[in-house]
Amino acid sequence: MSWLTAFFGWLTEFFGNGANWSGPDGIPMRLLEHLEFSALALALAVVIAVPLGLLIGHTGRGEVLVAVTANLARALPTLGLLVMFVLLLGTASSWPVIIPLVLLSVPPILVNTFEGIKGVDPELRDAAYGMGLRGGQVLGQVLVPVALPLILLGCRLSAIQVVATTTVASYTGLGGLGRFVIDGFATKDYASVVGGSVLVVLFALVVQILFTLAQRVTVSPGVSRRLKVR
Amino acid sequence: MADGPPSIWEWIGRNWDTGRVDSIKNLLIDHLTMSLVPILFALVVALPLGLACVRWRWLYQPTSGFMNVVYALPSLPVFMLLISVTGLSQATVIIPLTFYGMAVLIPAVVDGLGSVPDHVRQSAVAMGFTPLRRLLAVELPIAVPVVLAGLRVVAVSSISLVSVGALIGQGGLGGLFTRAYQNPFMPPVIVGIVLVVALALVADGLLVLAQRLLTPWVRARRGQGS
Repeated sequence: MSWLTAFFGWLTEFFGNGANWSGPDGIPMRLLEHLEFSALALALAVVIAVPLGLLIGHTGRGEVLVAVTANLARALPTLGLLVMFVLLLGTASSWPVIIPLVLLSVPPILVNTFEGIKGVDPELRDAAYGMGLRGGQVLGQVLVPVALPLILLGCRLSAIQVVATTTVASYTGLGGLGRFVIDGFATKDYASVVGGSVLVVLFALVVQILFTLAQRVTVSPGVSRRLKVR
Repeated sequence: MADGPPSIWEWIGRNWDTGRVDSIKNLLIDHLTMSLVPILFALVVALPLGLACVRWRWLYQPTSGFMNVVYALPSLPVFMLLISVTGLSQATVIIPLTFYGMAVLIPAVVDGLGSVPDHVRQSAVAMGFTPLRRLLAVELPIAVPVVLAGLRVVAVSSISLVSVGALIGQGGLGGLFTRAYQNPFMPPVIVGIVLVVALALVADGLLVLAQRLLTPWVRARRGQGS
């Protein structure tokens, strides 16, 4: 198990080094950068994909669009998109990196929002109309709450992808936790590689846990109970 | 060579089969190996594990919890951490991709077997099928469409994820991306993206075809209806 001792050696070397904790390339700043890029990309994706998914699910128009983006997006290689946009747009701003991140995170949210809305029990929808609610009200007061678990699942899957891809994006000169991993690999500084990797993994797990908690808090208990009965 | 950069077709022609490790042809072959092997491994592990989860229900909760965590782990850091165990080899890419594949396939196997209608299972019992024969002749065939749907997701995402391995020098077609970045030049990126997407679409198409062949009754049923 010599690699295990080496592993912990690198970990203590990385986290024990005071220089790693301050300055523009210290752990706190890198963490903040990673959070910034991921949050910005995810927010943009949510703003694009959720209304679109609601619209398509509610009206039933444009289902083909959902099917095609879902399949194609999974096939697109992240690293290739990053390099392509950097070559096209240069590195003066962070948009060449944000655009592919958004492109990758839109489909899971779109698909899950669409499926969530479409999967709502038609009887429930009819009952809402029967009670005199209008189209918009049915969507907002009945369909969205019932579809919320799936919508949030889509957001969670996207968040996981964005965090992972932001790491890869550091290859193209962007900040974030990926810097430790990629620079460390280039300079054979394995303490930095191992420390950075552990940081990214922890970051991803925290994001996953936060989304699971958010789901527990925001989904109406009526909905989760109803889903269990079915 | 003095008259500007080569066109994309010229570039492909010049790099397709140079006999070097990083010719497009060799990268393509590497890419295929590194994505197909994990898909096969994942399937071989997920089938019995999924079966076990259905047979012993208490096993499913911890298994799916573990797989949820695995799925959340970003690929690049995992590759990097594995290097200290496996060194710089294709195994460093293949092992994590196998786990990602299992994370998708185990729930698919469990859902697929769960989709067997109860009366079908009971009919099989009534006809005197042994549990093994029931599994092989009744339950597994009914589960095939769900498992194959999972397999399609795994195949496509595995093919696209392999390219990240280029950052640890094992990239298959991802090697074209790093080459294009280090020596700013568009054709390799375009060729890489197109080939990865094409591979993914071909794999997806083959699996759709496999589903048609493996579940002929779905079409037969549809034919009867019309």
